[in-house]
Parts: sequence; structure tokens; C-alpha cells
Amino acid sequence: MTALTGLSIAAVRDGLASRDFTAIELARAHLQAMEKTRHLNAFITETPEIALERAKQSDARRAKGRALGPMDGVPVAIKDLFCTADVLTTGGSHILDGFKPTYESTVTAKLKAAGAVMLGKTNLDEFAMGSSNITSYHGPVKNPWRGKRNDDLVPGGSSGGSAAAVAAGLSACAIGTDTGGSIRQPASFCGIVGMKPTYGRCSRWGIVAFASSLDQAGPFARSVEDTAILLAAMAGHDPRDSTSAPVDVPDFAAALGKGAKGLKVGIPKEYTMDGMPAEIDKLWKQGIAWMRAQGATCREVSLPHTRYALPTYYIVAPAEASSNLARYDGVRYGLRVAGKTLDEMYAATRGEGFGPEVRRRVLIGTYVLSAGYYDAYYLKAQKVRALIADDFRKVFGQVDVLLTPTAPSAAFAIGEKMDDPVAMYLNDVFTVPASLAGLPAISVPAGLDADGLPLGLHLIAKPFDEATLFRAAQALEEACGFATRPPGFGGNR
Amino acid sequence: MSLNKETVRKIAYLARIRVPEDALAGLAAELNHIIGWVEQLNEVATEGVEPMASVVDITLPKRADEVSDGGIAEQVLKNAPEPVVAPGTDGGFFAVPKVVE
Repeated sequence: MTALTGLSIAAVRDGLASRDFTAIELARAHLQAMEKTRHLNAFITETPEIALERAKQSDARRAKGRALGPMDGVPVAIKDLFCTADVLTTGGSHILDGFKPTYESTVTAKLKAAGAVMLGKTNLDEFAMGSSNITSYHGPVKNPWRGKRNDDLVPGGSSGGSAAAVAAGLSACAIGTDTGGSIRQPASFCGIVGMKPTYGRCSRWGIVAFASSLDQAGPFARSVEDTAILLAAMAGHDPRDSTSAPVDVPDFAAALGKGAKGLKVGIPKEYTMDGMPAEIDKLWKQGIAWMRAQGATCREVSLPHTRYALPTYYIVAPAEASSNLARYDGVRYGLRVAGKTLDEMYAATRGEGFGPEVRRRVLIGTYVLSAGYYDAYYLKAQKVRALIADDFRKVFGQVDVLLTPTAPSAAFAIGEKMDDPVAMYLNDVFTVPASLAGLPAISVPAGLDADGLPLGLHLIAKPFDEATLFRAAQALEEACGFATRPPGFGGNR
Repeated sequence: MSLNKETVRKIAYLARIRVPEDALAGLAAELNHIIGWVEQLNEVATEGVEPMASVVDITLPKRADEVSDGGIAEQVLKNAPEPVVAPGTDGGFFAVPKVVE
């Protein structure tokens, strides 16, 4: 049975089609694996009844010759930021205690309609604010990878539970959300593939909002092909999200297997940072050589405003968050802490319900939006954001994709980088620029550092050109030949 | 710009987040550190640059002005910490501390 938990989506699809196993067997194997690895704390809520029911329905459809498509019967883990009907949805926060939505997010509804089997809701940084999964009210997630010092390591964040679950073989794939790097950085830390689509590609309806101009849902899996299959089932226009793009969803998987011959790859020189670890730089250079060996041409390009992306993000995202999180007032759902007046009840509820990082960001956001500071901070950041997006527009006149590192380090120990918020923010230095410009980007596991921990490489493409992104990512994946499983969580691919 | 305890108390009130008095100084230091770091944006020349609120270059779609949902008071109240269904009314209410004298 254990072999079933190591299968790719593509292998599951083929195995179910040729009746090598059933969706029920597959679901049971994954539920057992989840039970055995609860120490990772990857899931906030396990949903075995839903998983077995959906698997049963999938098998019944298949028996009648009515299987739905490549996701029918495939186990998937859902970041606990997606509203799921009648299933606890916490956003990793104390303030949503007991919240069971009466509706289903568009993305999870699409997965359900595609026949996917939900295994449970995965752990995350509170309201997706973090790069380590340490800010979750439900406790930190442990990375299934362990370095030579054998410390408990963070899985990255904010979609840390989703990344850890896929890396540990608890699910064939998972979905997450990415605001500034929350899919790509944990994918890099956990040695799997994680992808953020173009802003507008997936509906945000029913996703607990963090920063609405940046939030995007995206897939995690153990191969590029799998992320392409999963994204196709998540994406598409939704009239309930006014920023969801009314464009067709191409067959992403059809773009695969075409190699990198003729691809023009840009190497942004500003991504060489002071104090960047030599191993990261070395892997990046190796990535350039790999892309060349695959037939791509690589050239240096310039994105002059790169170094201003992170400070821009830390104005824009908290500003939007402070507005979005105003809804948590103790009146309509979740936690309520009593107060003598309505104002006191609001303040008591929000004081107790928000953790330190969320409180910090709401206060920063309130400050930069407040009278007298709006122009100096928020408007300024929006202007720099325009310059950053323009940098990308210019280089995409010359190249098809950009290649950079995903994160400035491998996974660090739980408890590290806690004293200085800015040091924690630097985790997203390579992922945030593409977020601000709304571009699709992917992290591909590319190698191990001296401590035996995975490192990812990052590709960025033009808006709505996920097909080229997947094509380049697969060429990179093929060239690096990364064995994607952490020691102790082995299995076939 | 430097945030003092008084400013933090004011923005915490604006954000309706209770912050214990003894936490204000520490929080002011943290926020100052972050604000000081983001102020490097002042180095960037932005005269004449149009601020970017969204990366999506589309006009907001319009739909017919028709009621498309409603009649789900029970669902709306389902997660309320203190729902009240008042007798003789067709809907329920969220109970809150008294706001009028």
C-alpha cells in the first residue's frame, strides 16, 4: 500500500484508468500516512469521511465508464485558507475559531467537480502572513527534511502545511495561495514544485483574503507535469471575482515535453544580492548551464528596481491586509471576547484573536493609510510598484522567461529568525517582485545544499503565459534530475 | 518619521486592537524598525509615475441590476457568536453590546 502514496498525479491517473488500484485504496493509503505523521502538524483538520466518500463516488463513476478527467480520484490537500462548506476553516488564526463556512470557494468547488479527493485542510501562517509557518495559531509545521544537525526545520510559509504534506507523501498534490512567495518559498524549502499563476488566472472567491491585489491560488506537486495538470483543474474565469480574468484556460500539460530549444532565458543581474550564500549563487549558475544544455539561450537582463520590491510589498500588503482584516470584529463569526461597549468588544476580540505578526501588519497598514501618511508611504509604494511592473514589461520584450533563485537560503530551524521581522521578510526577496507585477512563476527543486537540504530555482514568465513557464520548468527539472523525496519519506516518483 | 508610544496607541485604536499598556514601547520599536526599512523607497524617483493599484488591466465587468441571491438569513447567522432570532420577524439578528442609550 505504501507505494500508492508516492505516486504522481500522472501515475495515479494511469493506474486508476488501468484498474491497478481504486480511488478508495488510494485515499486509505494517504489517510494512513497522514495518521502516522501527525507529528509534522501538516494538517489542521483531517477530513477522512469526505475523502472516502469522494473516493467511493470516483470509483462508482469509473465503474460506469464516466470518469471525469485526470483529477478524478486524485488525493489533494487544501490550504486552510480556502473556505470549504461545513468544514472548519481557520486561516491559521484564533479569531476564526469554530468557523464552518456555509459555502465552498470557487477553486475547491472546481476541484471537487473534477473528482479530486480532499484529504484535509493544511496548516499555514496566520492569515498567510509569514515565511516559516511559525505564526500559525495551530502550531508550527515541521519540514519532513532534516539537516545533518537533525534540528526540526521550518517548511517555509505561508503554505507550509501543503508543501510538507506533498514532500512527505501524505498527498499526491496540494493547493496553496501565494501573495509574496507563499507557494514558491515553501516548495523550495520542501524540495517540491510550487507554482503561482498569473494574477487573475484563478478565482479568489471564497479564499480568506490577505492582500487582494496580490493573492493568487496555485498548485503544489512533486513534478512540473503534475502542477500543470492540477492548475488546469483550478483555473478559469469566475464572475464572482471581478479580478478573475475572462480568458480561456489552455491545456497546460500539452505544452510539456517540448524541451527548451529556442527558449530565451533572461538572467536578471540585480538578483545577485549582497551577502547571498555561495551555494545559492552556485546553484543559480548551474541552472543557467542546465538551461543552455537543454537548448535555451541565456542572457543577462536588467530589472533596475528589484531592490525596492520588498519594501514596496511591505507597504502594499499590510495596507490591504489592514482593510481586509477589518471584517474580524467578533460580530458575525469566529471568536468574540466580551466588552462593555461595542468598541471595547471589537478591540478585545481583535487584541486576543490576532497573533503578533498579524497585529504588526495590521498596525503598519493602518499607519501607512492614515491621514498625513498616505501619500508618503502608500501612494509612494504604488508608484514604485508601477516601476517594478514596467521593468518586467521591458525585459519580456527580449526574453521568454527569467531564471533566479527561489529563496536566499535553505530551510532554517524552527525558532530561528524570530527576533527580527525584517530578517524574516528577506525570505521572499526573490519571489516578491513577480508578485507585485502579477506574473506567473514557479519553483523547481534543483539541488541539495551542504547540509543535505533542498534548494529551488525560480522561473518567471509573461502574464498568462503559464504554458511557456511549464515548458521551461520541465526542461530545468529534467536537467537537474532532483530526487524529490526527503529521507525517511521515500517512495517511487 | 519615528513612531512613539502615543502614535502606536492611536493607530491601535484606529485598528480596534487592544494593546496592553506595557506592550506599547516594544511595539513602537518594532514598527519603527520596519518603517525605517521601507523608507528606502524615498531614494526612488517617482515624479509623474501613475500609482498602480492593480495589475489587472480590465474594466470592471457589469451585470444586470437584478437580485442574484438572498433569502439565506439562516446561513448568514450560522457562524454568529451570538445569533438572535427575534420572534415575530422573518429574519435573525447579530447580538452586540448596546450601542444606543
